[in-house]
Amino acid sequence: MGFSRRLLLCSAGLLAAVPLWGGAAEGKAPAPSEASLEPPAGALDIQAEPPPFSEGIFPCSQCHDRAGDPKPRQLAFHDEIQAGLHHGPPSRWCLDCHDNAKRDFLHLISGELVPFTDSYRLCGQCHGDKYRDWRLGVHGKRVGMWNGLKTYYLCVNCHSPHSPKFKALKPLPPPVPPQDQGFTATPLAAPAHEEKAP
Amino acid sequence: MRTHPRLPVLEADPAAESRRRFLKAAAGGAALAALAACKPGAVVEELTRRSFQELKPDDRKALLARLEKKYSEQYGKAVTVSGAPPMPKVNFAYGLDLSRCIGCRRCVYACVKENNQSREHPQIQWIRVLQMDKEHGVDLTHATPYYDPELVPELGHFYMPTQCQQCRHPPCTKVCPVKATWKEPDGIVVIDYDWCIGCRCCTAACPYGARKFNWAEPKLPASEMNPVTHYLGNRPRPKGVVEKCTFCIQRSRVGRYPACVEICPVGARKFGNLLDPQSEIRQVMDRKRVFVFKEELATEPQFYYFYAT
Repeated sequence: MGFSRRLLLCSAGLLAAVPLWGGAAEGKAPAPSEASLEPPAGALDIQAEPPPFSEGIFPCSQCHDRAGDPKPRQLAFHDEIQAGLHHGPPSRWCLDCHDNAKRDFLHLISGELVPFTDSYRLCGQCHGDKYRDWRLGVHGKRVGMWNGLKTYYLCVNCHSPHSPKFKALKPLPPPVPPQDQGFTATPLAAPAHEEKAP
Repeated sequence: MRTHPRLPVLEADPAAESRRRFLKAAAGGAALAALAACKPGAVVEELTRRSFQELKPDDRKALLARLEKKYSEQYGKAVTVSGAPPMPKVNFAYGLDLSRCIGCRRCVYACVKENNQSREHPQIQWIRVLQMDKEHGVDLTHATPYYDPELVPELGHFYMPTQCQQCRHPPCTKVCPVKATWKEPDGIVVIDYDWCIGCRCCTAACPYGARKFNWAEPKLPASEMNPVTHYLGNRPRPKGVVEKCTFCIQRSRVGRYPACVEICPVGARKFGNLLDPQSEIRQVMDRKRVFVFKEELATEPQFYYFYAT
């Protein structure tokens, strides 16, 4: 797997996230009462890095240096994302998830800011059953050691957040049937145990 | 006159030194001649040794070293042959989420690459993905491994990958006349390719079609050979022996996930230690609807299918 990784240091149920980007340092650690919003348990687990943004697009605050018009509308920039947005009802709008005032963050329904590296907390607000399964390792994917250090994939490593349904794939070739493996003796003339003529 | 199909086992390679040929020669009273014709030392040791399970630690080490040397020369790279024993307090189990699998066959080819299967003539694959009808459910009379559409998953179908189920009561090991296959304490059913006589009784006994026979010399290009091997797993196989899934014994016995788990693009494959209540496989078994394939045969697989949704 080509993902570079970062280590999550878990201690006493609190998260100290090593910032990946300059702007992410303000990411709040969840309060103890939010223990259910932790990532998968296990001090040795490594979080896969979220898929990279389009080149030059992050931090978003390069362009969005202040809060913009919050009204849903047809966008001139990011129009390709808007066109390909297939997630929930048609009323879904950028600022449901992206924070208007601090564009380098996402936000929960409560208003709490969430860095992009902790986006699973945002997903878990609606997809509680999947989120619960993911934390236990039942949903999603992990690679590495079954008895130790492993990388767990974030929701966004597999699902595009803007269009989360899996796309159909080209299957790899089917197996060659036995009759086409080239083993059928032709012609099938001699008895199986007949002695060969000297 | 009634005609019979001729079994297509190819002519023996005169250069090959196999235990079978030795015994054949011995039966013909030519044992001494055969020994004299062989390279002395290692070969004699190879032909007269005890089975892998009975070998003393030192002999086992020497055997593995001989194989490493042989394979390294054969494939032109540093090949390791591990004899790693089962870990204590570990019993492996596997989970496969039928509600997620899309039938893309990525697992099939990751397995072939990891486990050094013959690529073609004979083509050997340890995983077989069955396409089934949603209308009929898990029903082998409505299943095919040969589906080949432009894109998967196809509407109205679901996919059920099958491989060795690592049964707790394996019919295959019971029928082996030479004890070349057995179940290890960590749950993996293994084969000693040096001991297998190629009778294929196990292949016939397995109700899951998991065992594959090398009808010809396996074709494994040196450039594609995975040099990290285990004696009971993915080391190169000779012609005329049976092979099958070992839960990637060369990986799982050092703590790694099997190759098929890591390649699956939809995370449908789960693996872990049944004796660890926190393991992913135990979480699956505790929370999801789980079944085993052909339960009525009482083989008690350590391979569980489940529906996460």
